[in-house]
Amino acid sequence: MSLTLPRLRSVGVESSLIAAENLTAGYRDKIVWREANFAFGRGELVAVIGPNAAGKTTLFRLLLGLQQPIGGTIKIFGAPPKRGNPRIGYVPQRHVIDSETNIEALELVRLALSGKRWGFNPFSHSDRDAAIAALEAVDAMEVAHRPLGVLSGGELQRIFLAEALVSNPEVLLLDEPLSNLDMRRETDLLHLVDDVVRSRGITALLIAHNINPLLPHLDKVVYIASGRVATGKPSEVLTSESLTALYGIQVEVLRDPHGNVAIIGLEEHHGDV
Amino acid sequence: MAFSFNLLSDLQEMWSYQFMQHAFEAGTLIAVIAGVMGYFVVLRRSAFTAHAFSEIGFAGAAGVLLLGINPIVGLLLGSSLGGLAIAALGRRAANRDTQIGIVLAFALGLGVLFISLYSGYATAAYSILFGQILGISSSDVLLTLVAALIILATVAIIYRPLLFASLDEDVAEAKGMPMLFLGTAFMLLVAIAVSFSVQVIGVLLIFSLMVTPAATAQRMARQPQRAIMISVAVALFATWSGLFIAFYEPYPVSFFITGIVFTLYLMVRLIQRIGRGKVNHSLQK
Repeated sequence: MSLTLPRLRSVGVESSLIAAENLTAGYRDKIVWREANFAFGRGELVAVIGPNAAGKTTLFRLLLGLQQPIGGTIKIFGAPPKRGNPRIGYVPQRHVIDSETNIEALELVRLALSGKRWGFNPFSHSDRDAAIAALEAVDAMEVAHRPLGVLSGGELQRIFLAEALVSNPEVLLLDEPLSNLDMRRETDLLHLVDDVVRSRGITALLIAHNINPLLPHLDKVVYIASGRVATGKPSEVLTSESLTALYGIQVEVLRDPHGNVAIIGLEEHHGDV
Repeated sequence: MAFSFNLLSDLQEMWSYQFMQHAFEAGTLIAVIAGVMGYFVVLRRSAFTAHAFSEIGFAGAAGVLLLGINPIVGLLLGSSLGGLAIAALGRRAANRDTQIGIVLAFALGLGVLFISLYSGYATAAYSILFGQILGISSSDVLLTLVAALIILATVAIIYRPLLFASLDEDVAEAKGMPMLFLGTAFMLLVAIAVSFSVQVIGVLLIFSLMVTPAATAQRMARQPQRAIMISVAVALFATWSGLFIAFYEPYPVSFFITGIVFTLYLMVRLIQRIGRGKVNHSLQK
């Protein structure tokens, strides 16, 4: 198998939870990115980064089975993704929640379990217990009974994380959980995600704009820009040589003394894909 | 008919009239279904869609009136077709105010044409627009009962998935919930609830049963089941009080109902503002 896939390290593909081979994503008449190859194992924390509209959420939609690949294959738990897989927890970028939403946080977390069941049963206590356990795991019990509409961005992200964790997923997909958070809350949330993911052996993919706050926590990075996807360890992927080779244009990766990186040359490049 | 301050004898006198009995029976059923469906209408921010249903229903009702058919049939046809069309466009389309407004305006225009063509009593049009609960027949009551049972049974079955899909669409979709089915079921249930509520409150005042009680309830309760119960209670209280007052006063029931729900809504907002002011004040200390 490794013979036909020269770009993949054969080690890890078979044992991986998520694997893609020459995966091409897009819509009917438009390719978003092409020929991605990656494999993630159990318990890995992976950042998905890249400019706006590069197709980061598209990767999540493929994994969730909400969208079909245009080419290549993608497998999760050894099979093609299908919608409604209970082993995946998903935190989308935008929830339909505004300041008028006067429903308590606990109800949202509980619905992630009970919302799948038909029939009227207002007295299920096991769902409530599971929801409380999930809220405790993200240290959000103090806001459990407050309305969603009044919670801060950081508190909401904890609630959404609890909502995703309540069904004990093995894979967690987090779409821009750090947007709208200040630096302190960003750091807090990242530590929380790291703790939860490591202690439960969850494989987590996290979409972010800025990779720097994530670097201390990461096992791997998926860099999506200009229709191409680079994957691997951050130290391997985020170098001038590897990105220049992948994109065929001069890309510079700058590092400051603290290890922070800046990628120059791809943000403005909107070449044909 | 004089008000005696003895509630029991007043009610006994009221219910000795068959039209009042029918009004209370139909009004009770409609308050329950409007209170329940209204909760989801407000949660999904679909108030404008619900209003569009009632006006598309008006065109249907005026149309079947020409053919000598019970207006409720036209209301159901018109609003259900509108509901199916909007559901087919998907949830995001349901918030396209402009397109819905354009269709709604055309439907109202059609309704005006049908009414002008109608050679019967002009009061028929008036009662569709503003409600005519005091003229309800026993067969209408029976029909309303059937509709109420259908709505409540369906909501009982799809309650949790519908709540989930309404509150957290993206996660519900990813979890494999049948979004198109839930969206269509919701639209059809609202269409039925609107069609029957028109009997009490009329096409133009539909918000007073489908939106105001639920909006009041959502300010008061953070748990959906509790909010739905409050929503139903507000709708029931307004309908019963409206009928009661209208029995003694020569003004339309629909005015009293709209006035009562509006007053309740304002009171809840006012009390909450005062309560919040107190909290802020104590925090400042």
